Amino acid sequence: MSKTLETAKSWVDEGRDVALATVVETWGSAPVPVGGHLVIDAGGDFEGSVSGGCVEAEVIARAEDVIASGKSELLEFGVANETAWGVGLACGGRIRVFVEKLG
Amino acid sequence: MQTQTLTSVLDAQRDRQALVLITPLEGGSEEIVREDAFDRGHDHAGTIAECFRTGRSTIVEAGDGELFFQAFLPAPRIMIIGATHIGQVLVRLAREVGIEPLVIDPRTAFATEERFRDVDIITEWPGEALQELGLDRRCGVVCLAHVPDIDDEALGAALESDCFYIGALGSSRSHAKRLERLKEKGCAEAGFGRIHGPVGLDIGSVSPAEIALSIIAEIVKDLRSAPAE
Repeated sequence: MSKTLETAKSWVDEGRDVALATVVETWGSAPVPVGGHLVIDAGGDFEGSVSGGCVEAEVIARAEDVIASGKSELLEFGVANETAWGVGLACGGRIRVFVEKLG
Repeated sequence: MQTQTLTSVLDAQRDRQALVLITPLEGGSEEIVREDAFDRGHDHAGTIAECFRTGRSTIVEAGDGELFFQAFLPAPRIMIIGATHIGQVLVRLAREVGIEPLVIDPRTAFATEERFRDVDIITEWPGEALQELGLDRRCGVVCLAHVPDIDDEALGAALESDCFYIGALGSSRSHAKRLERLKEKGCAEAGFGRIHGPVGLDIGSVSPAEIALSIIAEIVKDLRSAPAE
């Protein structure tokens, strides 16, 4: 868990614009527990995970908006929940992910 | 998240201090509550206490939106007794799964920095070393020295603690002999069932690396099935 936060810190120290995504709630089967982190920079580089890989692309795309606007976002993913990008969790779980800008 | 908050979280992890980070999900400023400065009069004292107790993070619906309570507890530790080849691999595997390894071996020929880079090595007898370090329920002890004098001393200390994992390398036959020795030393037989011997999950391990893998799997299993209190 803290490995991703260490990466986040080193990216901030390098002067990169960085967003942090955190799993804040899970229901049912979810491969990354609450507190799991994904760190994203303005160029789309990322480290860590918030799911088994099902929703990372969407979170990374939304993180770019968060970096640009500085405004945090709360995202929800699940099989029963159609997102704008049609992203869902194949495992049948549901997760909520908080995306915020660092700094 | 403020850069200062991130720095505080990382510093606390490095210093093995527990903290809870409270983030308002609908905007507002975040708050850090350190365990050593935890004010029981806090508005959310119950939730925070639960975070410290279980290490689990949680969301609470507050008057002006949801609050995310993220628990950052010190990483679990394993005390590796015996600076052996299996121990070298175990150090790396432990790190990968977020467990902090320490190596204890009084034999300075084994416990060298050359063989164990970037890990704390203590070249003392395990009884003394474990006494100094202190064993709690977030610690595991795995005996790999395969030298009765060294391993038995560590097992004696482990059995007196509430550490979450105890393992000792050796066949069923040598484990039976070990238990006899521990009995003679005056260790309570009631605790003998806590010792994993032969050590590690039975995956047919042959090489030192495979044995280390079976041990780390067993440690994760015990860590994850341990009751929160």
